[in-house]
Amino acid sequence: MMRLEQRFSGLKARGFWPRDPRAIGQTYGALIALIVLILFNFVFTRQFNSVISVMDLLVHVTPTLILGVGMTLVIATGGIDISVGSIMGLTGILTYLIFSGKLFGIHNIVLGTIVAIPIALAVATLIGAFNGLLVTRFKVQPIVATLITLITVRGIAEVTVNGFQFAFLSAPLVSWLSGNIFGFLPRQVVLIVVIVAFFAWLMRVTAFSRYLLSVGGNSAAARLAGVPVSRVLIIVYGLSGLLAGLAGLAYIAFDSAANPVTDGVGKELDAIAAVAVGGTPLTGGRATILGTAIGAIFIQLIRQTVVSLNIPDDIASVIIGLLIILAVFVQRQRKTA
Amino acid sequence: MSENTPLLQMEHITKRFPGSIALSNASLHVAPGEVHALIGENGAGKSTLIKVLTGVYRCDEGSIIFDGRSRNFQSPDQAQSEGISTIYQEINLIPYRSVTENIFLGREMFRWGLLNWRKMHQEARTLLERFHLSIDVTKPLHTYNVATQQMVAIARALSFKSKLVIMDEPTSSLSNDEVATLFTVIRQLKEEGVATLFVSHKLDELYAICEGITILRDGQTVDERPLATITKLELVAKMLGKDLGSVQKNGQTSFDASRHHAETRVLLSAVDLREGRKLHNANLQIHAGEIVGLAGLLGSGRSEVARAVFGADSLISGVITVDGKETHFRTPQDAIRAGIGFCSEDRKADGIIPDLSVKENLTLAALPTLTRSGIVDHKQQQEIVERFIQRLGIKTAGPEQKIRELSGGNQQKVLLARWLCLQPQLLLLDEPTRGIDVGAKGEIQKLVEDLAEAGMGVLLISSELEEIIEGSDHVIVLRDGTTVAQLTRENLNQDAILTAMAHGETAGEVS
Repeated sequence: MMRLEQRFSGLKARGFWPRDPRAIGQTYGALIALIVLILFNFVFTRQFNSVISVMDLLVHVTPTLILGVGMTLVIATGGIDISVGSIMGLTGILTYLIFSGKLFGIHNIVLGTIVAIPIALAVATLIGAFNGLLVTRFKVQPIVATLITLITVRGIAEVTVNGFQFAFLSAPLVSWLSGNIFGFLPRQVVLIVVIVAFFAWLMRVTAFSRYLLSVGGNSAAARLAGVPVSRVLIIVYGLSGLLAGLAGLAYIAFDSAANPVTDGVGKELDAIAAVAVGGTPLTGGRATILGTAIGAIFIQLIRQTVVSLNIPDDIASVIIGLLIILAVFVQRQRKTA
Repeated sequence: MSENTPLLQMEHITKRFPGSIALSNASLHVAPGEVHALIGENGAGKSTLIKVLTGVYRCDEGSIIFDGRSRNFQSPDQAQSEGISTIYQEINLIPYRSVTENIFLGREMFRWGLLNWRKMHQEARTLLERFHLSIDVTKPLHTYNVATQQMVAIARALSFKSKLVIMDEPTSSLSNDEVATLFTVIRQLKEEGVATLFVSHKLDELYAICEGITILRDGQTVDERPLATITKLELVAKMLGKDLGSVQKNGQTSFDASRHHAETRVLLSAVDLREGRKLHNANLQIHAGEIVGLAGLLGSGRSEVARAVFGADSLISGVITVDGKETHFRTPQDAIRAGIGFCSEDRKADGIIPDLSVKENLTLAALPTLTRSGIVDHKQQQEIVERFIQRLGIKTAGPEQKIRELSGGNQQKVLLARWLCLQPQLLLLDEPTRGIDVGAKGEIQKLVEDLAEAGMGVLLISSELEEIIEGSDHVIVLRDGTTVAQLTRENLNQDAILTAMAHGETAGEVS
């Protein structure tokens, strides 16, 4: 009995076990909510009647989840990035324009795709870094800086193609990314697993992650401890842009079309909701990548559940809102001492 | 002051906060039309006393008689409408609204239900003309300089027909000319029978404008008298609670300066540092293996010197030499690379990262040395943390505990360890023992001593004279941003420091 006690306190000290029972809700709230929702689905809906339907859920959640990972990093620094939806839209249309030969005149679609992806991702990263520059160098509040980008980038995307939508069912990007591994595992799902795992690892082992959290926790103190605050912020916003670019690629692959007017619109809000439900406080200083992944899946599952129960759309939105409030409430923040 | 009944009588004021007593038996008397100084060090209770007077706080005991009636204001609003106006250090007006709007905010003039702009502008101009200030009252307040904004705040106060104007460090952001203008205004107020309660740390200013003075210390009024009957030196001594000429007893702290000796190698020299209104001609030299004490009253520029040396604030001019090489640190990072560590004065505001663990806080500055291609060597990190927890006796549940859950003294030890694990050659400590318990205080003092003995250079900033006197090999006294005295062990004593704090010739006075 004593030994059990000791091991327990050892776990506590190492942070594997929350010291305060209330912290359980905070740490595992989103997970608990997700499990409850899954159980509900097993009993009342036919959501999980096959592996395919589970994969379908994950494919649907891919863009939001990828954005959510970048958003978690930005929010952990005490900022916010509402430009990611627009960046998604621009990346999609830019990729299409390049591999279809409309932009650089590359008419080999395979070669075009190989060129298009790195260029589109580089552009997305630069736009993100520009957000970072606005926030650090020009001291614009993050929400205003990224609002400027949201509007401008969406405008650029629309102007490039005069608002037309482009379908490209035959593009190699589409067939490849929406294809399966081992016949059942969609590459998109592999992509999100890799991204989540990579960033969760990054947040555990790198010095950069500690810098990021210290900037969000107390930037004046971080600066005095020698943390390169501006550089950290520019990199974080750059990463958020890069991930928005990846989300854009995943989105056009899923849709088999690029629409500069609608692609990614409002996605930034889904991403922020996923972060909030996942347990990352919007005040900065803390982050949980896994939590955000769970949060994104939770929100998507609510959506699909509501649809499968044939609830009208308008009522569905209200239910989704209420359930998100519930999830956030379960993992609500303790007041900092 | 004698014949008139006082305008304000505050007697036996006691104010308790959970766990501490901010005021106990404080009193304050101001005569009609008097310019009265209120002075005291950090935590002496000045602002609490003002807040009790203006209705921000309610006092637990004591009586307030204002203008012949016993009063107990329930809110600052009420105090204001009864004739007490407060002008805060940070001007609390609305920068983006016009001068007129700021003056009449909350009691606008109307005509047929609409704002009567013409009348308000006219009134605003008239008010400001009393101070020989003719500005465009329709322009936003922020387009004017701080001094003008302060005049607007005063004009607003006067438009309430105030009998008492409280000015909380009104000159801290004013230039010499602007201070002169402010004094003219205060004298004019006096002629009109309006009393001023003047809170400032600048002794010269007090002597220039005030008639009476109230000195607060540890929540008590320790002296109340006409200013002309007390010398600056006595005033400083009273404020800090030191008796002049008393023999300094040793052993009040855990310091023993005879244990360490300055080497000949100069670690740091700073010459003629200047920074805005905070520093004028501040000078400093630190040898390896010595503790240099930096003394001065509140607002004398102690912290600013340390921050400037560390590259945290930028200087207008000045030469800083580290280890014989002239340096220009642009960020704290540069200073850290040069082997300098800095424990800031305000642990909470710019020391700890509250949500991170003891381990992460402790190794934050050392991360670059613990990292290979971006990845932290967790084993080495853990080892360092455990070593320092043991060496400094940090009381914590473990390295993973969040630092905000630790006591002040243990937080301070973690912050010290943050620098010690880098083995710096020079440590800048700004009030390292403030607000921590006696036990931890002694331990930290002893630790600092050991470090100096081992050859580190230490700059010790402290408001506690005992700490400075017993700990330092060498003391530098700042007054209004100027180094006014450099005392070595032989001529180091309390009176010498107090004298320098009170009388030292500053650059500001010369001009």
